[in-house]
Amino acid sequence: MKMENISAVETPGAIDQARLDRIRADFPILKLQVSGKPLVYLDNAASSQMPQPVIDRIVRYQTEEHSNIHRAVHYLSELATKEYEEARVKVQNFLNAKESREIIFTRGTTEAINLVMHGYGRAFIGKGDEIILSGLEHHANIVPWQMLAEEKGAVIRVIPMNDSGELLIDEFKALFNEKTKFLGLTHVSNALGTVNPVKEMVAFAHGKGVPVLLDGAQAAPHHAIDVQDLDCDFYAFSGHKMCGPTGIGALYGKAHLLEKMQPYQGGGDMILSVTFEKTTYNVIPGKFEAGTPPIMAAIVLGAAIDYLTGIGLANIEAYEHELLEYATEKVSAIPGVRIIGTAKNKAAVLSFEIDGVHPHDVGTLLNADGIAIRTGHHCAQPVMDRFHVPATARASFAFYNTKEEIDKLVAGILKVQEMFA
Amino acid sequence: MSDMKQLYQEVILDHNRKPRNWGAVVNANRHADGHNPLCGDHIKLSMDVQDDKIENIAFEGHGCAICKASSSMMTSAVKGKTVQEADMMVEEFRGMTTGTLDPENQPNHLGKLKVFAGVKDLPSRVKCAILPWHTLHAALHSEQSASTEGSNDPVPDSGTVA
Repeated sequence: MKMENISAVETPGAIDQARLDRIRADFPILKLQVSGKPLVYLDNAASSQMPQPVIDRIVRYQTEEHSNIHRAVHYLSELATKEYEEARVKVQNFLNAKESREIIFTRGTTEAINLVMHGYGRAFIGKGDEIILSGLEHHANIVPWQMLAEEKGAVIRVIPMNDSGELLIDEFKALFNEKTKFLGLTHVSNALGTVNPVKEMVAFAHGKGVPVLLDGAQAAPHHAIDVQDLDCDFYAFSGHKMCGPTGIGALYGKAHLLEKMQPYQGGGDMILSVTFEKTTYNVIPGKFEAGTPPIMAAIVLGAAIDYLTGIGLANIEAYEHELLEYATEKVSAIPGVRIIGTAKNKAAVLSFEIDGVHPHDVGTLLNADGIAIRTGHHCAQPVMDRFHVPATARASFAFYNTKEEIDKLVAGILKVQEMFA
Repeated sequence: MSDMKQLYQEVILDHNRKPRNWGAVVNANRHADGHNPLCGDHIKLSMDVQDDKIENIAFEGHGCAICKASSSMMTSAVKGKTVQEADMMVEEFRGMTTGTLDPENQPNHLGKLKVFAGVKDLPSRVKCAILPWHTLHAALHSEQSASTEGSNDPVPDSGTVA
């Protein structure tokens, strides 16, 4: 009676037309009509869509498995606990972490970064210490550190970038000194798509004795991640950008660091014993998971990981790269359109502006043709300031998008230009 | 959604390209700045109000087409009106774009401004259309600035004072 998480796409291999058709058939939302036109969903960097096997996992959990975890001895509690901990192992394998206790479930990337700021930053960063961040960061990897800097009297130093949106590595190296205590760095820029050379940057920081947090929100859905190879100290990502539900994400942290960190929140499940005189905290990962966690969301994230690994991250990366190259060629050929973010190493994100047309007007008019893109500052205002624009239009691709959809985007851009001509 | 395209056709072909009352009023006695952080829309409104009547009004700034066209049409609509009449139009415009006033079936003084009725179906763009009206209210009632921050339905009374 159990519904199995088997989709049509379990064998490895490149995403060709036949496989693409099967993949698209897995995503019910792609059959939607918007504004009377077939939906063209190009806002995957904001949130991706969910395939049927993952949706089915929600139904199965809620109809056959739900209970609270780590509590009771009854059948359902044992089952939910087992499924939840198996999801943790799936995340461990997905990131190639050494141990499952190095995986903390969080609400998403933002909460994961806040956890590190509170648990590590407040304990080990003090007055006059320096935190290095890159100019490409999402607000989620800026604001928590500014809050810490304000509280402790620490200083934020920013890695600059060139006109292509690539970080300046010599300048990065020059920022380090004896006061440098932390490096927060995005793996892939959400606004521009730049893939940062994080492995080399982590190695350099470690050479200076500085721990590194990588914001993997935009990387995890599109590349195979290996935290042991990257050697980062912390890695954060969100489930809803990789075919999973909202409200769940994870933090990877090296065990020896997580062990010496302070808990982020207090409550049930994060303790070994409580009296009014003294509370003994749980061991990791429980120490950082106070209260009833999003059990269903964590288990469904595990199903999303199964789905992505079933297709193969290498296949996903190769196909999305093909889409990006196709879109870059087509869009950059349109006179009056400027692509913002032209790094050599890019993920499938295309930020652009059309001369004389505000990005929000572009977004509204494309929506009238059923095309969903993101317009605005993408929660990366420093990036917008760097390129002297208030906002951009951004198309971001996933492995279920097609070249025909990119053609529709191009036709939509031409129509907008015609209207504003 | 064809309504939306129609709105764009009308406002863009006309007011966005050739905004009316563009610039600043010389000897203005009322001013306000309007700011929409979502789009980066920013308008500066100046007016000459004599004996409770808007004798002259002008705007300048930058922003999306909906904001610019709404500003342009607003200045044309309220020039020569009394403060009370303008206040009433602020209320009516707000009602129309947030869906509480049906301009086709309920009495109103909106006239050509009814072209903006379609934005009520795009909540994220309501702010763009309302910003000039919010700013007008601030200028008429001696507030220095207006912002659409923090509300999809910026009630005129909630204007922030810089």
